[in-house]
Amino acid sequence: MASDAAVASPDEVVADVGALPDIARREAGGWLVPAAAALVAAALPLVVSPYAQDLVVRIAIYAIFALSLELLVGATGLVSLGHAAFLGLGAYATVLGSGDSGGSIALLLPLAIAAAAAYAVVVGALSLRTRGVYFIMVTLAFAQMAYFVVHDTKAGGGSDGIFLYVKPTLAIAGKTLVDLGERMTLYYSVLVALVATYAFIAMLLRSRFGHALAGIRVNEQRMRAAGFSTTPYKLAAFVVAGALAGLAGFLLAAKDGAVNPELLSWHESGAVLLMLIFGGIGSLRGAVLGAVAFTLLKEVFQSEALLGPLAQHWQLTLGLTIIAFVAALPRGLIGLGTRLRGLARARPASTTAGTPT
Amino acid sequence: MSAVLAEASGPHARPASSPLLEAIGLGRRFRGLAAVDQVSLDLSVGEIHAVIGTNGAGKSTLVNMLSGELAPSAGSVRFDGDDVTRWSQPRRARAGIGRSYQRTTIFGEFSVLENCRLAAQANAPHAWRVWEPASRDLRGVRTAQRALAAAGLDGDTARTAATLSHGAKRQLEIAMCLATEPRALLLDEPLAGMGAEETGRMLDLLVGLKAGHAILLVEHDMDAVFRVADRITVMVNGQVIASDVPERIRNDRAVQLAYLGDGH
Repeated sequence: MASDAAVASPDEVVADVGALPDIARREAGGWLVPAAAALVAAALPLVVSPYAQDLVVRIAIYAIFALSLELLVGATGLVSLGHAAFLGLGAYATVLGSGDSGGSIALLLPLAIAAAAAYAVVVGALSLRTRGVYFIMVTLAFAQMAYFVVHDTKAGGGSDGIFLYVKPTLAIAGKTLVDLGERMTLYYSVLVALVATYAFIAMLLRSRFGHALAGIRVNEQRMRAAGFSTTPYKLAAFVVAGALAGLAGFLLAAKDGAVNPELLSWHESGAVLLMLIFGGIGSLRGAVLGAVAFTLLKEVFQSEALLGPLAQHWQLTLGLTIIAFVAALPRGLIGLGTRLRGLARARPASTTAGTPT
Repeated sequence: MSAVLAEASGPHARPASSPLLEAIGLGRRFRGLAAVDQVSLDLSVGEIHAVIGTNGAGKSTLVNMLSGELAPSAGSVRFDGDDVTRWSQPRRARAGIGRSYQRTTIFGEFSVLENCRLAAQANAPHAWRVWEPASRDLRGVRTAQRALAAAGLDGDTARTAATLSHGAKRQLEIAMCLATEPRALLLDEPLAGMGAEETGRMLDLLVGLKAGHAILLVEHDMDAVFRVADRITVMVNGQVIASDVPERIRNDRAVQLAYLGDGH
């Protein structure tokens, strides 16, 4: 019945494989490009305006957020539409944990990560019983619950949110070493956090744990048949992803000096998912690229200086642009290189075919 | 049934050891319809026990109940002296019940070696050492290499699994199963879609695996089954109608009528 498959020509089989996100290739991505990008980002404050530096900080925070979701969506195959809850809880924990005179990073950073991770344990334990579209809906429901808790309680400050008057600092023996209230300190702290997050997830993905996640993404049933109790693996990925989103939330609170319920809204959850799709699911570089492109495009489309009254409808212009990009590049921006190489290869071939013989 | 088996003698005599895996009165109903009804059979190390039957006879349902993928509505499963009826599939797999699938289920994006190394990892200690690259898991790599050698697939193990030929993919499926170091092998149509040459190679492989494994072979290819099976159980409509050595199955009137057809 499947004997046709046995006689498939080798060329056909190889061509088919070109379309797969090869795990070996993903690992062998090399460090050159990410390291170069980090160095460029580190040198940027020398040449760009404070406004642009601010933009880089926002992009880097969203890149951490997108990377954390990539661990779920791209690595494990779990599409969550409630990831903003963890970002928001990290941010709220930071602000609520700071007194009027600010707080220590040594306390607030672990607090933000722990708050997000703790909620991820609860959400993960319950939502991972479901699959596919049900998983999407359950994660969304839990995020909406968190949203209404901060929106409708006194402690959460209601729809206006809360201000963080004094940014987190790190002091040893009365000497302040790190003050996130200073622009440059914040800039480099966020950059270090992004590099660390990227390296951490890359390390996870090439470990046996990461390979098990990839196996679960491709065929969970086969993994169970091989003896893997898959739920603990998925829960671990869910909690790590939540914790890293909490880290992004801490940095966002430190940057903005304020939090509001919109951080936990489904718009944010959708936006970070869009970043992944935009950049290319299944690649850490794609997640970062998606965060860069999304944030820059949003900045452009929101700019009245550039677009005049059209800037008020930035959601429409941004949405249409992303749809156009995804239609042209189904594998995201990261697939652009492969796509161009493919076109370059296809052209000589078609010329030959068109030549009369 | 056991009376019939006790009579068996000659080249296909039952091994003296007690059965490793036993199905006792297994049944499974889907919306009132009995897919498998009162099925008892056992597997011992050193023999290939084939289960044959028409489409819908309940063979796959039986395999799924033995592997733990499906809970039985009646009866029990015993493995190596333990009642494993309530054990989850991963737990049974770790205890030594391996299975392959009718549809190829290899991980296409991994290399041939990685497929087996990943399968070997479920049972491994320290699998949560996240700072250690998977490729440096020497125990897993060695287990994988052994499994690939046993399955006759130790050529280019760095090759991406999706690029293998159909026959080699089926071999890899068996190798992945072996990498979990099972004692019982449940093979669901390992010959599906194979050419004559590939079938021959696979059958040699199965006979070679008999020494250390109890093998359940679900297969449609009758020639192949009669070539390698030590015992054959015939299922029709979810029930066992005969279970015996191949020669007697071939001459069994009920089997001929129900399944093999008059031309046989």
